[in-house]
Amino acid sequence: MSGNTSLILIIISAALVNNVVLSQFLGICSFLGVSSQIKTSASLGGAVIFVITIASAVANLLYTFILSPLGLDYLQTIVFILVIAALVQIVEMFLKKTSPGLYQALGIFLPLITTNCAVLGVALNNVTDGYNFIESVVSGFGTAVGYTIAIVLLAGIRESIDESDLPSPVKGAPIVLFCAALMGIAFFGFSSLS
Amino acid sequence: MNTSMERIYNGIVKENPVFIMMLGMCPCLAVTTSVTNALGMGVSTTAVLIASNVIISLVRKVIPDEVRLPAEIVIVASLVTVVQLIMQAFFTALNDALGVYIPLIVVNCIILGRAEAYAMKNDVVPSLFDGIGMGLGFTIGITILAFFRELLGAGTVAGFRVMPSFYQPIDMLVKAPGAFLVLGVIIMVMNAWGISSRQAELVSGDGCVGCAAKDNCAACEKKEEEVKA
Repeated sequence: MSGNTSLILIIISAALVNNVVLSQFLGICSFLGVSSQIKTSASLGGAVIFVITIASAVANLLYTFILSPLGLDYLQTIVFILVIAALVQIVEMFLKKTSPGLYQALGIFLPLITTNCAVLGVALNNVTDGYNFIESVVSGFGTAVGYTIAIVLLAGIRESIDESDLPSPVKGAPIVLFCAALMGIAFFGFSSLS
Repeated sequence: MNTSMERIYNGIVKENPVFIMMLGMCPCLAVTTSVTNALGMGVSTTAVLIASNVIISLVRKVIPDEVRLPAEIVIVASLVTVVQLIMQAFFTALNDALGVYIPLIVVNCIILGRAEAYAMKNDVVPSLFDGIGMGLGFTIGITILAFFRELLGAGTVAGFRVMPSFYQPIDMLVKAPGAFLVLGVIIMVMNAWGISSRQAELVSGDGCVGCAAKDNCAACEKKEEEVKA
């Protein structure tokens, strides 16, 4: 029971309390760049959930069984980024072969995820936090869900903003940053949960 | 103006990575809670950027085109590991403050972007100065951001108290939402002065075309939308 409770805590903390975008600033490039439409950002969110969950699992196995026993901890950055890049390629080929529907929906976003710092960030954070295999996967999943929540919400706000008449200096990047700031304040409320 | 001065001017002013190109946003927002952290991050990123530009420019004729990106990533990741080990050994406090953002220099789109857009196509010396210029531009950008956040959010600059004692610090600015807010205000003021009106033409230069992260980056998506419109 206590095991389950702690897993639920990890999910809530990863998705809401320490939201990956709004409080840890990972994956900001795509958060600001791919959030102009709800539909696209939801697909990107789906792809990110998929990749981060698998990447956390693989990174944890590699760290526990290869890097750590051999004393090669300092190679983790190089190994993780290469694993993520390779993994994204493999996932893309696998989806293309086995599930064309899913590939249609997520396909174009997969190559972009390699440079999404949330993926590498989660893998490195899991090692720093000393999570075991299950905890790493759960924390990866929770983080990615938090990313999806944030990017879909921002896309919703931006779709409404497009309709409104803004003063010209605020158009473009500034108004998106202001929306993100307000969302950050709202998500700040979750910190009392911890 | 000769090439090297032109590259430095380009990095600091014309294509400033933080305010004009809006690249490398993650560290830019995350570590700007204090001027000290921002300077530390800026110097580390500059070191990696200069070294990666030089090395990639040196080996660019040896790397086959198909494995260009993996090769660049390995070079950058190795350099970041070196910087991380140096930080752990000699700057422990700064290393603890910057935490996971040091290894994350690997996925900073400025570095791969400059490797793809400039170092892959140019000789060693111009690439070196391109790295210096872009690195300085990034450092100056995030330090300005950190200056305002720390000054208004904590009443200090690099740890020294400068605001009068009756000033009530706006705590929120050094917390997470403040990063978005302050950057938004700075870009808004620049827009109002007409400074970033050059953004559109700049992004159409070679800045984005060869960038590894171009599909993932705010500046380029905006450019593409403008082209479509």
